[in-house]
Amino acid sequence: MNEPQQKWTETIDDTHSLFDLKLKEVWKYKDLVYMFVKRDFVSSFKQTILGPIWFFINPIFTTITYLIIFGKFAKLPTDGAPGILFYLAGVTLWNYFSGALLGTTNTFTGNASIFGKVYFPRLVTPVSIVISNLMRLIVQFLLFIAVWLYYLINKEIHPNWWMLATPFLIIIMALFALGVGMIFSSLTTKYKDLTMLLAFGVSLLMYATPVIYPISMLPGYFRSLAKYNPLTGIFECFKYGWLGVGDFSPSMLIISTIITIVLLFIGIITFNKVERTFMDTV
Amino acid sequence: MLALKAENISKQYRLGQVGTGTLSHDLNRFWHKIRGNEDPYLKIGETNDRTTKGTSDYVWSLRDINFEVKQGDAVGIVGRNGAGKSTLLKLLSKVTKPTTGTIRTNGRIASLLEVGTGFHPEMTGRENVFLNGAILGMTRKEITRKFDEIVDFSGVERYIDTPVKRYSSGMYVRLAFAVAAHLESEILIVDEVLAVGDADFQKKCLGKMGDVTKGEGRTILFVSHNMTAIKELCNTGILLNQGQLAYSGNILDTIVEYQKSSEAQSKYLHEGPVETALGNENIKVLEFSAEPAQGELIDIESGILVKLRFLSLKAGINLDVTFELRTYEEVPVFHTGALVTTSNDSEVKEYSIEFILPKNLLNAGNYYFKLIFGEDQRIPLFIAPSTIGFEVENIKLGKNIALLPGIIRPQFEFKIL
Repeated sequence: MNEPQQKWTETIDDTHSLFDLKLKEVWKYKDLVYMFVKRDFVSSFKQTILGPIWFFINPIFTTITYLIIFGKFAKLPTDGAPGILFYLAGVTLWNYFSGALLGTTNTFTGNASIFGKVYFPRLVTPVSIVISNLMRLIVQFLLFIAVWLYYLINKEIHPNWWMLATPFLIIIMALFALGVGMIFSSLTTKYKDLTMLLAFGVSLLMYATPVIYPISMLPGYFRSLAKYNPLTGIFECFKYGWLGVGDFSPSMLIISTIITIVLLFIGIITFNKVERTFMDTV
Repeated sequence: MLALKAENISKQYRLGQVGTGTLSHDLNRFWHKIRGNEDPYLKIGETNDRTTKGTSDYVWSLRDINFEVKQGDAVGIVGRNGAGKSTLLKLLSKVTKPTTGTIRTNGRIASLLEVGTGFHPEMTGRENVFLNGAILGMTRKEITRKFDEIVDFSGVERYIDTPVKRYSSGMYVRLAFAVAAHLESEILIVDEVLAVGDADFQKKCLGKMGDVTKGEGRTILFVSHNMTAIKELCNTGILLNQGQLAYSGNILDTIVEYQKSSEAQSKYLHEGPVETALGNENIKVLEFSAEPAQGELIDIESGILVKLRFLSLKAGINLDVTFELRTYEEVPVFHTGALVTTSNDSEVKEYSIEFILPKNLLNAGNYYFKLIFGEDQRIPLFIAPSTIGFEVENIKLGKNIALLPGIIRPQFEFKIL
């Protein structure tokens, strides 16, 4: 036999490793991530007159509404911070979280037509959703900075060094959204019931998170319970750093980080398990 | 050197509604797994025959498929609808994983199960070329380098900066195929993409695929019902039948086997007591078949020999038999009768009729016969709604191997002046 040695570059079979995220493969497809992010960006403003200005209109109007409903009518405290800034901070962060979570949850069901026809590492989709939401967050953050500077110059707020933790907060929040999103997206391929749950679950979760109220107004029992919501530490730390108000302790952040990592782990496992067969059940 | 090797691959699907009972099956499966037992649902399942109602909720869409593909081979995968062709392509392109078995490949695989996957209607042609290219696994650099070539091939240069939702469906498909055609992968998997687009475009696609296999020496796996295209492009073939590998080898032999596999359908032969034969108190049909008049394959130029043998149980009448040929789309092609007796002298005996459907009459496609036995060309004695069917294979016209439109495909004495 003078045949050259047979070599194989890839093997397809029914085995798979639960923890192998194939990050190397995702990196190979980084151009696809870029294209997906671009698609999300471009397609949402095609044929609109105001275009990207909508990025600002959403948080502005939401903040005004919250200011009227929760600030004026319900008279919820803001720990002494200016109402506009307090709600704007909450809205900006919450928009990011809910956008990323709802987007990733849709990964399998929303992309079934593409997934059914061509292979690429499925993780590309949730990652690109988290990134395109990050782009929106950056734009909306500029609005927040502008308002924040106004109050800073007027000496109405007293920020501290905890505001430097913001990138970390955003990463934890992104990973939390990714983890929970992956769990839900994997399970919804078989059990569509979860879509129903999530539809109102996210809006209810907002009330369980200190978005429109400070944690300090909660009675003792609820306050210790709220700590186990990973978002509590993130929102409180953000407001504490930038506005200098709130009941924040680093231990809250540690709890957030641990819970996030655990959920991300579970997310990866379920996602990997479903990834290769979901076309048969979706 | 092999490019691809499949060992014992099988794929099981669950029938009916996924939902009810899913959780209990999952729990049962899990329970077996933690005790180290085999998945209980893998043992059951039936071959995939959609015409019979099975007893099990699980079917094997593919079962124990083994084959090898050499580097540079062009493999045609043929089989009836539901034979498992698409499932096989899905496994090869990693869209879903096999239930059991292993596929080993050498080289990058690009699959083209559909053209224009992921095209976004709001984005321009240019943006979609990049998006679609990236989905198919190309890098931005590769696409930029080939961009002009892609646009040129598609022929939609003028519209390249217009959102694709304003494209005609033809332009859309052209652009989409152009992207796919410029993939640089060692192994290309193509599923019936040629069913779309006009004849002109189909020719272009087939030409491009020919270049890919013959000119560039890449490996290609191609599924189609267009036997001419398969014959032209491929050198080896795989025949699937009800999820199992029925034949693999030389492409011509594969196509012959493919036609033979449907023989049961193109031949009716009654065995056993005459009482149980197809018919009624007037007529018993004993044999009815369609076969190539020459060669071993029914194609446009073979002609078709039709044989009918039946028992007439009514004496002293004017007996006639009408053959009605219909396409599978229920379009009647002809309705022609043979007068068996004309002076009220039919006997109780076996009659045989034979005739030839001349060559260059029927176009490629699927046809079936309806039989009507009658008295005096007015009173029906027995009607057999659909007895036998057959498929006419395409042959190329000049250099065009695409399926041409029309039910008939006659040949005329064209005078070129």
